[in-house]
Amino acid sequence: MTSKELQDEIIDDFSLFEDDLESKLFYLMDLGKKLPEMNAEHKSDEYIVKGCQSKVWLFPVYQDGKLYFEADSNTEITKGLVSLLVKIWSGKNPKEILETDLYFIEKIGMSRMIGSQRSNGFTSMIKQMKMYAFALVKE
Amino acid sequence: MSAINVQNIRSLFPILHQEVNKHPLVYLDNAATTQKPLAVIDALQTYYKVDNANIHRGAHTLADRSTGMFEDTRKAVQQFIHAAEPEECIFTKGVTESINLVAQTWGRKFLQAGDEIIISYLEHHSNIVPWQMICEEKGAILKVIPVLANGTLDMAAFHQLLSVRTKLVACVWASNALGTINPVEEIIAAAHAHHAVVLLDGAQAGSHLEIDVQELDVDFLTLSGHKLYGPTGVGVLYGKRALLEAMPPYQGGGEMIKEVSFEKTTYNEIPFKFEAGTPNIGDVIAFKHALSFVNSIGKANIIAHENMLLQSFTSGIHQLNQAFGSDQIELYGTAADKVAVQSFLIKGKHPFDVGLMLDARGIAVRTGHHCTQPLMRFFDIEGTVRASFAIYNTVEEVNILLEAIKKIVNK
Repeated sequence: MTSKELQDEIIDDFSLFEDDLESKLFYLMDLGKKLPEMNAEHKSDEYIVKGCQSKVWLFPVYQDGKLYFEADSNTEITKGLVSLLVKIWSGKNPKEILETDLYFIEKIGMSRMIGSQRSNGFTSMIKQMKMYAFALVKE
Repeated sequence: MSAINVQNIRSLFPILHQEVNKHPLVYLDNAATTQKPLAVIDALQTYYKVDNANIHRGAHTLADRSTGMFEDTRKAVQQFIHAAEPEECIFTKGVTESINLVAQTWGRKFLQAGDEIIISYLEHHSNIVPWQMICEEKGAILKVIPVLANGTLDMAAFHQLLSVRTKLVACVWASNALGTINPVEEIIAAAHAHHAVVLLDGAQAGSHLEIDVQELDVDFLTLSGHKLYGPTGVGVLYGKRALLEAMPPYQGGGEMIKEVSFEKTTYNEIPFKFEAGTPNIGDVIAFKHALSFVNSIGKANIIAHENMLLQSFTSGIHQLNQAFGSDQIELYGTAADKVAVQSFLIKGKHPFDVGLMLDARGIAVRTGHHCTQPLMRFFDIEGTVRASFAIYNTVEEVNILLEAIKKIVNK
């Protein structure tokens, strides 16, 4: 699936909860739990995303022209957040990652769901993933 | 049975009557700031609509009126804390400034290399950092009273820390993170026996406890207006006259002078010596109405009601833990003597996540280190979820919180 199709899928999933903020958060936490376990060796300080209040680890793997991400967090909601990005971007070529407009964030009412502090942290995750992609495109 | 009618009290607070995230607001972040009664909001409006003028030295009616109201608040503060005279009550912008004022004036004049200041593990950063700064400048030493597992001070250790080198003890009256009420009478008596002065951080105590600075014989006391149903930007520093008079001014400028020439300036009397520049007139005037609100209910009634809320919350948590068959919710701060503040953690859940999930149900709590990082390190935690209750909170709200916590544990 393209990153656009994956975003649309996320929007559909979240739309089921309408305005029920609590259910949205619980769903986000469930998504986090489904994230494949990160290789313990990759959970080092080097791969901590800067700018997040919670701890978030992001480890990029480049294989056959595609970028894959391993991720984890010490808080369930943040883990859910990073899982959304992993879902959209893991296995895509770096150029597609750089060109993606993440319109799902607004569509699912992210900022109301997680507040401004967490939103800033989420932006840091996005930036970090795009940085990894950018480094590869330059090569 | 509570002697107060909470619904009547709630009707005085317009902000409480709203929905947040489609649920009625349950405001339990009162240790951060309390909501304001209509009388305070109205007083602010009236001041700017009718009375606004700069105070003192004005030859016109509005200036005279504003000055009178501003000084009336000072008298109200004096009565509120039972100070000997209004001049001992200095207006600041908050507790942080009150403590910095003492550190930078009293500390600069009276501290010498090798002198010791004692603070406690329970302190808010605002009662740690100003002392670290002046200690560094003067070569003085900061000593810290340890805390016990239930969140009370290790008083035996405190008595050991006191010595001829102790010049000041700066201690929180009621802990913002845990709610512990410290044995301030004992602390003051012991410090005085060593000829040390005592500053009490009354930020949390102000809205909950009876205050009589003369009976306590405390040297300095700080209060926060916005944690006492008043506006933000108003604080109080109480100091004994002899101490305040011996201290140099804090900031230079208008109001704090007696006479200025380019050769030499002489300073005004207290309290004006410490109130350089145009003060926060409107907020100070409105603050009087916050004090009147508290007085109208009475501290005894406030304490009784808030204790009842705290009790029903903690016993509700114990019941939940029993029902779960294990301690899924851990309480931090279990001293016998507490203000209505309760920190807790839910097993396996990060406090930020819990805060967001509670907010989704319209419940406002605080999460994080509560500006007490050393204390959090003592408990080996990053932070807590903190519910703090005020006079307008209800048992129903406590139950809403308990119900939400139960759902989060089950998640």
